[in-house]
Amino acid sequence: MCAELLPERIALDDWGYPVIDGRPLEPTLVENAKRAAAACPTFALLLEREPYSRSS
Amino acid sequence: MSTPLPVRNAAQPETGPRRAARLPRLLEGIPSHAGMSFAEHLALHGPLPVWRRHARGAEHPLIAQVEQAGLRGRGGAGFPTAVKMRAVAASRGRPVVVVNAAEGEPASLKDRTLTQTLPHLILDGAMLAAHALGAGEIVVSVCESARASAESIAEAISERGSPRRGSPRTRLTTVPAHYVAGQESALVNYLNGAPAIPTSTPPMVFKQGVARRPTLLSNAETLAHLALIARHGPGWFRELGTPSQPGSTLVTLSGPVSRPGVYEIEYGASLDSLIEAAGGTIGRPRAALLGGYGGSWVGGERLHGLRLADEHLAAHGASLGAGVVLLLSESACPVAETTRLMRWLASQSARQCGPCIHGLNAITASLQEIAGASAQPNMHERLTRLAALVRGRGACAHPDGAARMLLTAIQAFGPEFQDHARHGPCEGCLRPGELPLPATTPPRAASAKPLRRPSTLHEPAALSQ
Repeated sequence: MCAELLPERIALDDWGYPVIDGRPLEPTLVENAKRAAAACPTFALLLEREPYSRSS
Repeated sequence: MSTPLPVRNAAQPETGPRRAARLPRLLEGIPSHAGMSFAEHLALHGPLPVWRRHARGAEHPLIAQVEQAGLRGRGGAGFPTAVKMRAVAASRGRPVVVVNAAEGEPASLKDRTLTQTLPHLILDGAMLAAHALGAGEIVVSVCESARASAESIAEAISERGSPRRGSPRTRLTTVPAHYVAGQESALVNYLNGAPAIPTSTPPMVFKQGVARRPTLLSNAETLAHLALIARHGPGWFRELGTPSQPGSTLVTLSGPVSRPGVYEIEYGASLDSLIEAAGGTIGRPRAALLGGYGGSWVGGERLHGLRLADEHLAAHGASLGAGVVLLLSESACPVAETTRLMRWLASQSARQCGPCIHGLNAITASLQEIAGASAQPNMHERLTRLAALVRGRGACAHPDGAARMLLTAIQAFGPEFQDHARHGPCEGCLRPGELPLPATTPPRAASAKPLRRPSTLHEPAALSQ
């Protein structure tokens, strides 16, 4: 379910479990990411807000 | 293992410019029968150090001593003990100290040895930590199959008498014997009345653990070292070992040596000196498994000159972990042993996380195919891909350990794996296995079923809140 909602960041492994690409989300993906997290029946997905960093 | 191995005294440190530094430390005066009594313990080590009342709200001085000593956990993860203590001290509520002597690692006997023969070192360390943190309770957890350990700890607790007013109470619990039961969150879950399997969701145990109190959970050996650091100081502790891995540590040496058992070494000691202290090898070891069953294989040709410190072992993809040094004999088959071990690790999964359950089973099946010459081509790629697929995707590090064991096996035993893939079982495969693999099983999680493959989405999911 989550992989269908956010294919840009979630792939499925051999057994149907999500493999997450942990790179920060582009703003256009955030809404879909929220839906993917909300849809997970076991609350396994977490959206984290990262502090904006100016460091190189 | 059903019968405890004999305990011997230390492998002597290498010669060097260290005047007073010597071994044994923990194992000094270790009795050959029964546990060291409280009176003997006090005669040998002196009384428990007591600090003058420090300023209210200030950190207890012991924590800085532990930090300067560079003490790290001896349960396998090597986490800095002072950092853990500070995290507990900074959390709200009256803390609990848990002594982890579960030792579910089959090839490790050091914690059993300490609990059986030197219980007062452990209890001293626990009491010192409890005072430093203002803890109200100490819980000592030993494996339910280690009856001699339980008796020894119970006896030692009663020898020390009832706690003075304001001092923490000490109680003994037994915990199941399966592999993951000794993992930090699994043990705390069990003490809270849940199955002894890990959780990865917050809160961390230092914040809310036993009875939702901040909990310092430390390996039994770690606390034994703390008991001596408190008496002799961080400088003394650092006189042995290396700058990045100070002090002494217990290792369990098993396999084809004259006197297998628990030894105390300084970090950085050579494997050769440890083997010499154990009376030398019987034949030429095929390989060594270092750290534990989730540790690393090192091929026999690399053992000579190997130094037992993580900074040296890293070049071989290994670390000391829980102090397991398991040698494989000349006549054993490393492919067969790796397969047996992987099957066992798969059986020890708590079965909470899909990638662990499915991944370890898939790896086991592939290994069995290789061992029986019925492997698909590109087995090497398949195994490497499966190992990468399970790493970091469980609620605990169990799949990570299994992946490490597998990848180091492939690295160390490349020719043997290829040979089996082409020709099937060798003579060594027909012999009984050498690695001890006890038949214990983890309990099922409360919500038993692993997730099934998700069905096709028919409607867009609604947003919650």
